[in-house]
Amino acid sequence: MLRLEPRPAAPAWLELATPVMAVIATMIAGGVLFALMGFDPVAAVRTIFWDPLFGPAASYSRPQLLVKAGPLILIACGLAVGFRAGIWNIGAEGQYIVGGLCGAAVALAAYPAEGAWIFPAMVLAGAAGGWAWGMIPAMLRNWFGASEILVSLMLVYVAQRLAAWMAFGPMRNPEGFGMPGSRNLQQYPSAANPELVAGTGAHWGVVAAALAVVATWFLMSRHIRGFHIRAAGLAPRAARFAGVSPAALVAFCLGLSGALAGMAGLFEVAGPGGQIIDSFGSGYGFTAIIVAFLGRLHPLGILLAGLLLALTYIGGELAQLTLQLPAATVQVFQGMLLFFLLAFDTLTRFRIRSARAMA
Amino acid sequence: MNRRTLLASAAALALPALLPGARARAQTPATPVPAGETLKVGFIYVGPVGDGGWSYQHDLGRKAIEAEYGDRVETTFIESVPEGADAERALTQLALAGNTLIFATSFGFMDAVINTARKFPNVKFEHATGYKRADNVATYDARFYEGRAVIGTIAGRMTKSNKIGYIGSFPIPEVIQGINSSFIHARKVNPGVEMKVVWAYSWFDPAKEADAAAALIAEGVDVILQHTDSTAPLAKAQEAGVIGFGQASDMANFKPTPRVSSIIDNWAPYYIRRVGQILDGTWTSHGVWLGIGDGEVEIGEITEAVPAEVKAEAEALKAQIASKAYHPFTGPLKKQDGSDWLAEGAVATDEELSSMNFFVEGIAAQIPS
Amino acid sequence: MILDVTTLLLLISAATPILFAALGEVIVERAGVLNLGVEGLMIVGALAGFAAAHATGSTALGFAVAAVAGAGLAMIFAVLTQMLLTNQVATGLALTLFGLGLTAMFGKPYEGIKAPPVPAGPLGVNAMIWLGLALVPLIWLGLNRTRAGLILRGVGENHDAAHALGYKVRAVRIAAIAAGGALAGMGGAYISIAIVLQWTEGMTAGAGWIALAIVVFAGWNPWGALAGAWLFGGVTVLQLRLQAAGVAVPVQLLSMAPYLATILVLVLISARQTYARGGGGTAPGSLGRPFHALR
Repeated sequence: MLRLEPRPAAPAWLELATPVMAVIATMIAGGVLFALMGFDPVAAVRTIFWDPLFGPAASYSRPQLLVKAGPLILIACGLAVGFRAGIWNIGAEGQYIVGGLCGAAVALAAYPAEGAWIFPAMVLAGAAGGWAWGMIPAMLRNWFGASEILVSLMLVYVAQRLAAWMAFGPMRNPEGFGMPGSRNLQQYPSAANPELVAGTGAHWGVVAAALAVVATWFLMSRHIRGFHIRAAGLAPRAARFAGVSPAALVAFCLGLSGALAGMAGLFEVAGPGGQIIDSFGSGYGFTAIIVAFLGRLHPLGILLAGLLLALTYIGGELAQLTLQLPAATVQVFQGMLLFFLLAFDTLTRFRIRSARAMA
Repeated sequence: MNRRTLLASAAALALPALLPGARARAQTPATPVPAGETLKVGFIYVGPVGDGGWSYQHDLGRKAIEAEYGDRVETTFIESVPEGADAERALTQLALAGNTLIFATSFGFMDAVINTARKFPNVKFEHATGYKRADNVATYDARFYEGRAVIGTIAGRMTKSNKIGYIGSFPIPEVIQGINSSFIHARKVNPGVEMKVVWAYSWFDPAKEADAAAALIAEGVDVILQHTDSTAPLAKAQEAGVIGFGQASDMANFKPTPRVSSIIDNWAPYYIRRVGQILDGTWTSHGVWLGIGDGEVEIGEITEAVPAEVKAEAEALKAQIASKAYHPFTGPLKKQDGSDWLAEGAVATDEELSSMNFFVEGIAAQIPS
Repeated sequence: MILDVTTLLLLISAATPILFAALGEVIVERAGVLNLGVEGLMIVGALAGFAAAHATGSTALGFAVAAVAGAGLAMIFAVLTQMLLTNQVATGLALTLFGLGLTAMFGKPYEGIKAPPVPAGPLGVNAMIWLGLALVPLIWLGLNRTRAGLILRGVGENHDAAHALGYKVRAVRIAAIAAGGALAGMGGAYISIAIVLQWTEGMTAGAGWIALAIVVFAGWNPWGALAGAWLFGGVTVLQLRLQAAGVAVPVQLLSMAPYLATILVLVLISARQTYARGGGGTAPGSLGRPFHALR
């Protein structure tokens, strides 16, 4: 019988090695799965993990990694701060949607006016929308003790229906022949969030994601608030004695992660997405939870994890294209990747000992 | 001019040069594909090919291309592509992979198609059900309402309770045309008929569609028409002993009843023709809206559950529509609010139909706004 | 008339898949485990159940296999969260992704095939609906009136205390996760075998997430789960029936209602817990927290 024994501190090499081990294990397990399905496992794994970076069309797909990873990283940075404090916002998807709706609302209200103020106002509205949507579970937890996990999750469904209602109702494009969906903001210069430097894929959302990585790193490792957050996550009671107000922390973490998710939604609707459609929330908020864990709740880890997940999305498309691998492969891959990472993570937190030796 | 728009236009100018695929095939529009060279044709689907409905039928069209042209073509597809940013990337990937003809098979891909087409002037795009075109972007759509007229006729004859149910997906012109067309023709053969409409707000949600069918049956409906893609309404119909029709695909599993006939999206003839035009260098952009006469909308086998004279009547109507002798929206017709729409003998224009947002007189349901 | 026996029957049928899944999750959460992978469990049950029913011609066998498959997939979650102490939120999400992807890959051969008919039971209502209804009092009795239920609740309320009393926290939780997986699998199979009669990928269309909402609405009580399933099923059925009767209903706004009601219920439950101390229907004390025995 094996048993787990907690380690005081994981060795640094192990912290770095486990994500790599998880990726390798996913490749092996994925390869076995592909072989069972009658595909060439080596070609499949190479197409998903190698070709987007170095394949024939890599000059296009590399920048696309940024487009796909940008919102994931931006959202995950905010979530990780809360997760560190033991505050579980799993409703980032809803905050992303509401942020997108609020930002788009500013643009649609301003249409067809042009002005340099419009885009900054949209960013503010997006962040405010996400913040407000995140503050609902925060306040309900602070006032009534309601679980923020469950309230934030419920609010995802509400936001999804809100988006559908907007796409068919108030935000429907009056020139769209009665079809659902708002005006396309890409075609509205003052509101558009275009690629900033040609061929890089980087739009303002990618810039914001990069800033978020730096800012959350600073917050968590150099700022007293970050210390409070880590303290609250590790030893809630001790943190309270040290003068950390749990209510303020809940409001801060949910507000921050909500605002970042809302901004991600806004950058997406004004940029790559272009318009509010009924299926506007396409799962970034949930995938960002995976990114946060994959990145071990560390800003730099999140950066890498976001890029890795983006790689599986784009590689999955390439694998469909070249190998006729079904689209669902990506989901299986992401699921397995997370399973393996979480499992290997145990190695960093615990030592595995034989129970008999202990006795 | 602000900085962002400056950067944007710079990006638009610079992008094609950066993309390897953009120069891979420097082919002028009217050059045939030489014998021995393979034409690569790409598809993007909004759903999985296994949805048994919309995307499945487009994939049958893709397979028909392969069957028709054999070694001369090579087809690939990307399935379950979300509308929005992912669609543009999927289209670009297809173009970069050397596909010179790309079919984008959902309305929501429209802006993505236009954007991608701008980056790849030598690649031809075919966009289903959209309204934006360019020199290298053609659009195509099916006159589903023609098939609905035939099905509506059968429904009007078959109902004993004089109540027909219609499961709509979304309140958009295509679906509204279908509801109007089937109602007009059901009333034509059965003046006492009523139409009940339920919106599922989904193209594909089996459980919701089943509930919608059950709600209609509870209202006394004994014939169900559906404009959603799953077989769940037919399953419910079978349970309740009422009848229905296959949608998008034939849904032959439910023959001979409850599925008494079906309306099939047959994209194969159009796809084969357009690929042929690329091969011989005669492809040009257009916007077409094809119907029964072109073989794009098919009426599946009318089973023995339908009396012979009703079947004959339905087939006669189908023949008239196919030969263009009859248009399903021919006046006199009034709108739901009682105002005049089409005068005696007048025929609805395509423009009117493609933005249709009203029910015709006699339908009691409301279009949600 | 909209509120009649027909509506009630429709509602009960529409509520059956989410009732099964919610009852399963009640057991899991009462043991102190939050499994967000219900959607993944349901879809695996939907495919496995359909495949078995198709192969054997027996829908009863189909549901049995769905239960086994759901429990089997749930074991991945159990091993990860209970043996390897992984984060339950992340593991549950991964389970959903994995289940959806796996069934889409392996379900291809079953597309376009029809399921054998489900035999009608007493009063024209099939056996699964009866089983779902019967499980409500059974699970309630099991949780509240048996020793096993007491241990399960104790583990969920305070795993350290339960451990100190000598109960096997990990074993109890693994058993609860298996039971929850089995019930979610049967709920999923109800969609493929009894409602749609076909397999198509992604056919659960979010039912698993609704089941999670219902558990909260239910205040972790089986009777509440029944009420919640009927509320969620009822809103859908009612809005469809209103539409069918020609009443214009704001569908999206109406469909938000059950979720808002769930939040309201959660707030009321939590407020009672916070301010009044005690009373039933509270969130299990150890919900979502990993348990690690130091000795």
